[in-house]
Amino acid sequence: MDREQVRRWEAQCIQEQPPACTASCPVHVDARKLAECVTRGDFQGGLATLANAVPLPLILAHICDHPCQAHCKRAEAGDAIEIGLLERACAEHGAPAPLMRAQQSRNQRVAIVGGGLSGVSAAIGLAGRGYTVTVFEAQPRLLNRLRSLDERVLPARVIDADLSSLEQLGVVVRCETPVLNSIEQQFDAIYLAPGPEPFHDDSLSLARGEQSRIQIDPLTLATSHAKIFAGGAQRYAPAAYSPIQSLADGNYAVVSVDRFLQGASLNANRDNQGTSASRLFVNTGGFAASPAVQASGAAGYTKAEAKQEAARCFPCQCLECVKVCSYLEEYGSYPKSYVRQIYNNECIVMGMRKANRMVNSCALCGLCTAVCPEDFSMADVILDARRSMVKSGKMPLSAHDFALRDMEFSQSDSFTLARHQPGFQTSRAAFLPGCQLSASSPDHVAFSYEVLRGAIEGGVGLILACCGAPALWAGNDERFQQALDALRGAWHKLGEPRLITACSSCYRVLHDHLPQIPVETLWPHLHAELQSVSPQPVLRAYAIHDPCSTRGIGEVEGSARALLGEMGIATTELNEPGLTTCCGYGGLVLFANPAMAAKAISRRAGESDADYVTYCAMCRDRFAHHGKRAVHILDLVFAKNDTDPAARPDPGFSRRQENRAQLKTRLLRKVWGEQETLMEPEVTLSITDEVRALLEERMILADDVRRTIEHAEQTGDKIENPASRRFMASYRPVCVTYWVEYSPDGDGFAVHNAYSHRMEVR
Amino acid sequence: MSTPVEPPASPLVCAKCNLPLVLGKVTAAYLGSEFPIELWKCSGCGKIFVPEELATGKMLRVEQALEDK
Repeated sequence: MDREQVRRWEAQCIQEQPPACTASCPVHVDARKLAECVTRGDFQGGLATLANAVPLPLILAHICDHPCQAHCKRAEAGDAIEIGLLERACAEHGAPAPLMRAQQSRNQRVAIVGGGLSGVSAAIGLAGRGYTVTVFEAQPRLLNRLRSLDERVLPARVIDADLSSLEQLGVVVRCETPVLNSIEQQFDAIYLAPGPEPFHDDSLSLARGEQSRIQIDPLTLATSHAKIFAGGAQRYAPAAYSPIQSLADGNYAVVSVDRFLQGASLNANRDNQGTSASRLFVNTGGFAASPAVQASGAAGYTKAEAKQEAARCFPCQCLECVKVCSYLEEYGSYPKSYVRQIYNNECIVMGMRKANRMVNSCALCGLCTAVCPEDFSMADVILDARRSMVKSGKMPLSAHDFALRDMEFSQSDSFTLARHQPGFQTSRAAFLPGCQLSASSPDHVAFSYEVLRGAIEGGVGLILACCGAPALWAGNDERFQQALDALRGAWHKLGEPRLITACSSCYRVLHDHLPQIPVETLWPHLHAELQSVSPQPVLRAYAIHDPCSTRGIGEVEGSARALLGEMGIATTELNEPGLTTCCGYGGLVLFANPAMAAKAISRRAGESDADYVTYCAMCRDRFAHHGKRAVHILDLVFAKNDTDPAARPDPGFSRRQENRAQLKTRLLRKVWGEQETLMEPEVTLSITDEVRALLEERMILADDVRRTIEHAEQTGDKIENPASRRFMASYRPVCVTYWVEYSPDGDGFAVHNAYSHRMEVR
Repeated sequence: MSTPVEPPASPLVCAKCNLPLVLGKVTAAYLGSEFPIELWKCSGCGKIFVPEELATGKMLRVEQALEDK
């Protein structure tokens, strides 16, 4: 995985963006956390969030002008959260945090001119960093302006409590003291915070701006004099007095003076300083509107009122993708953190790779991208990770081995075919049914091909092949390219006709990876067939489940609906077509993490009591396997009166392969009139439904069982259990050892149990 | 990967050699790692029996752990 790409992915996920309240606060008070604290009655914790942002938290809590409230997302569903009142409640009901202690002692001296909010907060901040600080104030006491406020707004005890930090830190305070003439020589750095009026001391000969106020850099608070910084109301006047902005300037001054004295860059890495707009998306539509809680007394909220008001905070989060995806929900976090975990997983040289299973549990279905305000694609991240794991030999063998062997079968001579229609030397079009429809319902393939031959003049060829989707999903580029080459070869062989497919995954692969091949879906070509079908009375509407592979391809989603409409089938929508969810087969999750696949199908099946109709054979069979009544659209087109297509069982892995092989033989015989080549008679196996289900769960094919028994019977290499009169046989064709427990049964054998392991024992 | 092996109710017999299986030291190997283990095997041809509980239990867990290494 490319490091820069990983960074871009991380930046694309906005869940860690600050909420609007924090972003719009000049000192980035974590108001969301404050509300969380207050909601659970932790007023001290709430006060600590203020103390983290400013050195005068109690004063701030009482007089904050809370610009954040104007940006609060709660206002989209009722009133904005009363953040100002919650701040005050924290000061009223929470014990103050312990006073700040100096980190280390430095011998540099800093002068602060002006004992207002900005000056005092800078003094505390700089003294906290170990500098020797002196405050010069022309008035008889610090924070003189605030002392004139109504006692009910800002009690004197609150001011005194916050100011006790100064003494604790050893800040020297010189009130009613004119600024020293020699200040420039006596101090290593100076912060001027003289208030809104023009500053008249010309001894420092600073550059002046509007109304002869000091010229101040808005980012660094630097003046024309290298060691002098200035801020507070002097900087932002004539705008109205803003306590939070004055405190913010105090904070910025601490950063600048500290950097100046340490010889560091004043400008670097300050992009996030001050107010900004947040990219955090919050879906407020799901919240009922609620009014703000009114304070019963003049001193603000009681504890109960504050808790009630704080509980109205959503809190702001994005998580749009996590809300709709069982996979993203499963690992308890969100994409940005997953990207980091996956990248770290890849970087492990020695030790356990703990995220392998997570990497192999994503369905690559694209729903996260469809709902993400920033179009983040987990599928892109996961595919990149899987490719990288395959390349470096770190992909767990067992994750996709079974699916890739199934794909190998679909690429073998047992299934593949590319022919012109009998009697034609060219093909106007060719039918590509896909390996899963052929596996699920070979009858539908045969019928569809017949319909196409009647509907399209000039010859319709047939291509039985695998598009390579399993290899693509497994991150196996080499195998995927081989599959694409084979498909391209079959297309060339038939004279490069347009392809008509009945499989959404084939459609997607052709669409994305073989754009030179024109592809369309089967559905519009079946309209002619419908004239012979009398619409069945449908008591309840089918709910449409779209396959995830063709998400967002309107032509496919629309043509399936048009066909259903033409048949007179009543339907309902589970969601917008582009917001469908995966059945659990996508991305080969079914093989790498069967439990996750079960969660996905269970969630989808539970969305409606209606029978589902879909146009993906794999989705249909997954629903059937889960016990959810579902039909394939072709079940309705080729409906037989006496059968209930929604009750058709999932054929299972073994039957899928047999169906593909039999489809080829049958079409060769019926369409092209070829004689069947006589096969060696196979050993007859009797397998109960219970054992068959066990084989499915353990991903052991009936064919694996047959070969194991054949091997044992031919070589005599088997173990007998005299008590049960049964045999145990083992066989290791390539990298999996199969064990089968069986007994003779008439001409064949009864299979009682089977299991497998990958370890080699010798 | 030491594995206590439950003695079967009656001994399994190698059908090829017609000899009862006996407990013996064998090696289980996967992805370059090897583990000594005691399993039932034929004293004649050396055929080894891997019981279901071992294959679907401890062996599977070790396989998965090695794959994540």
